[in-house]
Amino acid sequence: MSGIAIAFWVLATIAVVTSLLVITSRNPVASVLFLVVTFFCLAGLFVTLHAHFLAAIQVLVYAGAIMVLFLFVIMLLNLGTPQWFDVAGTPLKLLALVLGLAFVGALVAAGIGDFEPPASGPGAGVDPDILGSTEAIGAALYSAYYLPFLVTGLLLLVAMVGAVVLARRER
Amino acid sequence: MSEIGVGHYITLSAILFTIGAVGVLTRKNAIIVFMSIEIMLNAANLAFVTFATAIGDLGGMVMVLIVIAVAAAEAAVGLAIIVAMFRHRETVNVEAFNTMRG
Amino acid sequence: MAAWIWVVPALPLAGVLINGLFGRRLGKGAVSVVGPGAVGAAFAVSLALFLDLVGRPTAARQLTQTLYSWLAAGDFEASVGFLVDPLSATLMLVVTGVGFLIHVYSVGYMHDEDRRGFARYFTYLNLFTFAMLLLVMADNFLLLFVGWEGVGLCSYLLIGFWFKDRDNATAGKKAFIVNRIGDFGFLLGIFLIFGTFGSVTFADVLPAAATVLAPGGDLAFWICLFLFVGAVGKSAQIPLYVWLPDAMAGPTPVSALIHAATMVTAGVYMVARSHALYDMAPEVLAIVAGIGAATALYAATIGLVQTDIKKVLAYSTISQLGYMFLAVGVAAYAAGIFHLVTHAFFKALLFLGAGSVIHALHGEQDLRRMGGLKSIMPVTYWTMLGATLAIAGIPPLAGFFSKDEILWRVWDAGHPVLWAIGFATAGLTALYMFRLFFLAFHGEFRGTPEQRQHAHESPPSMIVPLVVLGVLSVVGGWIGIPPAIGNLVGHLPNAFEGWLAPVFEGGHGAAVHGAEVHAVPPAEYALMAASVAVAALGILAARHLWLARPDLPQRIAARFQAPYALLANKYWIDELYDAAVVRPYNALSRFAWRVVDDGLIDGLLVGGTGALVQWQSRVASRWESGNVATYLTVFFGGAIAILVYYLFG
Repeated sequence: MSGIAIAFWVLATIAVVTSLLVITSRNPVASVLFLVVTFFCLAGLFVTLHAHFLAAIQVLVYAGAIMVLFLFVIMLLNLGTPQWFDVAGTPLKLLALVLGLAFVGALVAAGIGDFEPPASGPGAGVDPDILGSTEAIGAALYSAYYLPFLVTGLLLLVAMVGAVVLARRER
Repeated sequence: MSEIGVGHYITLSAILFTIGAVGVLTRKNAIIVFMSIEIMLNAANLAFVTFATAIGDLGGMVMVLIVIAVAAAEAAVGLAIIVAMFRHRETVNVEAFNTMRG
Repeated sequence: MAAWIWVVPALPLAGVLINGLFGRRLGKGAVSVVGPGAVGAAFAVSLALFLDLVGRPTAARQLTQTLYSWLAAGDFEASVGFLVDPLSATLMLVVTGVGFLIHVYSVGYMHDEDRRGFARYFTYLNLFTFAMLLLVMADNFLLLFVGWEGVGLCSYLLIGFWFKDRDNATAGKKAFIVNRIGDFGFLLGIFLIFGTFGSVTFADVLPAAATVLAPGGDLAFWICLFLFVGAVGKSAQIPLYVWLPDAMAGPTPVSALIHAATMVTAGVYMVARSHALYDMAPEVLAIVAGIGAATALYAATIGLVQTDIKKVLAYSTISQLGYMFLAVGVAAYAAGIFHLVTHAFFKALLFLGAGSVIHALHGEQDLRRMGGLKSIMPVTYWTMLGATLAIAGIPPLAGFFSKDEILWRVWDAGHPVLWAIGFATAGLTALYMFRLFFLAFHGEFRGTPEQRQHAHESPPSMIVPLVVLGVLSVVGGWIGIPPAIGNLVGHLPNAFEGWLAPVFEGGHGAAVHGAEVHAVPPAEYALMAASVAVAALGILAARHLWLARPDLPQRIAARFQAPYALLANKYWIDELYDAAVVRPYNALSRFAWRVVDDGLIDGLLVGGTGALVQWQSRVASRWESGNVATYLTVFFGGAIAILVYYLFG
């Protein structure tokens, strides 16, 4: 078995397990920590896909910033202990489970497991190592995807203002 | 073990997405719900990256970058809302916010 | 001249608008000019139309005018159009002429009313004239029916004129409701006519009757029977006569105009107009004659013991209408119309005279409290005498010629039984009419001293019409002198019959003799003598019973208590109808109200629908739990469903 294959299986298993733990943990802090582990696994999977830059960004932003923010809020609202109300009733759990299985089942039955995309696209013959590198993404971001880049910046500004306004204490 | 192909990654993405969805439906703590949504977003990101590498299109990776940015913004605003909610009802139980019932 | 036809009904209609909208403000003086004036002007125009017809050759005596097409729906077409031929011209003259006299009379009679009531009265009276003119001038069954309904409405309005007294209002309702039963039959007849002929216009239906309808067939039978049902209601024959005596609650001029001279004759007119149809249905004609004869006798027996002067006259009207139907029932259409005309003269006069008496005695209507009025009211006395002699059938007054013509035709058509009934009724008529006359005008005054003091002859507005009608009652019959007498004085033709000949052409049965003078069988003279004799007998008997020996009637009544009670209670028909029809119908109505309307429709259907919607909303709103998790679950489920559909569908 190749190294990538081993890496995939290990990372995939851990990701699934920990995300399951995220949604089943009683303690919100535990959920957050499990989620961080999931993100790291995902970052590893990005690496196996030669998306090195994105793996780095994933760790930096998601695991580093967003999860810290979650933790901040949990601590701020003093929700660090298991809450009595937290999980839904059994019928709803069952229904959600069924639906979820139906979803995955439907997709698998439709054959995504054997899915091979057409080998087209602009960088078809390009070496994957170069494809996912910082240089390549940077070049694309500032040329072809310039407008989305700017809009995203604007979005972040708006979000920031919004967050400040919303969290303000009313007089 | 056979070669890992696109199918494997996509299946993994589907499984992670489902787990996130079940989390959203099942949990009543608003913050946990939010985290489940993040799981769903990440599953989508994984799919994007897979296809980007498979067909050699950088657009997929740029999309992921933007999704991460959006997720960050969304997390910020969403958590601000949760803080505001908490101030009103002293709780983050989603069921406590049911004044639109009936 | 034909262009002026529409003016005749338009004049009374204008009267309605003026009196109705402005009468109150204009005051009694103006109203008393507009009301009668409108009808008088209509009479003048009718006269001009009549003379125009006279000036034409016999075959061309027809003027038509179509105002506009009223209904055109699919195959059905009806227009507002008028037909002026000898028959309708005759009726027009009667309606406007007698109507005018009664309008003038009303000015005096209704003098005590306030402005409002006065204006209202003349508005209704003009409206009646308008509707009646529509009825007789219509050129199709539908417009005739509109006039038919219009006169029914005015009858209701005028009977209940003094509506503050509940009984008057009830009488008005009774008239309208009983009429409605007849109208229902009439409508069925019109529907059948349309279904059979494809049209309701006289010009289309009547000439085609002989070819389209099988003689003696079912279709002809039902059409004519249904039409006759309408006539029974409007013209107060058995079994729908019960409204007429109650209608005496209205002002007396109303009784004179509507319930004597014009409205009640509408049924006779309608049958005569449809003679082409009736000639195809001999069984229905037999029914018509039978009912006419039976009603004539029946009503006469009741009139014999009534104590209210107007009720006697009411039953007399019913009886005389029976004669008219007897005539048309043996296909002697002209004779029936002749009696209609003469009856209009003397019956109107009788009612107006009675009104004069009632007015003088300040509302007294009981014959037992009258008497000796001859010296107090001479003009009324002499005109009433003329009318009473006329109705009794004494020559040479009007009633003799018309009644005798009917009786002769009945005999000649081979119906001795019907003739006998008519003959007996003639005797009874003379008897009870002179009973009325003697009780009212002769003998000692039996009222209170105050009444005696205030009693006086009526004012000129009331007297003059009495005199005019009196003259007509005397000479009016001379337009229809039968050949039997005409031959005696040198080949005088029956002018009236000749006049109406073109309308009734082609009828079989006792066919039209036209202006011919032909050989007269001796039987006619014998019958003539017999009817005069029986009338004279009736007069003498009345004189004996109520003048010479006034105690006698009391003793006869005491001896024959049961028959007397039967007559005095009008054969208990009103009570019978009440028990057999009115009560069950009221019970049915109450059921329909409480159970069907309140319970079923309001409760079940309306309330039920509301409750159902409310229940549904309650169920539906359970989906809106406010619980986000539930919403999302459903959302997710739906998304999966769509996904599955696209993947595998």
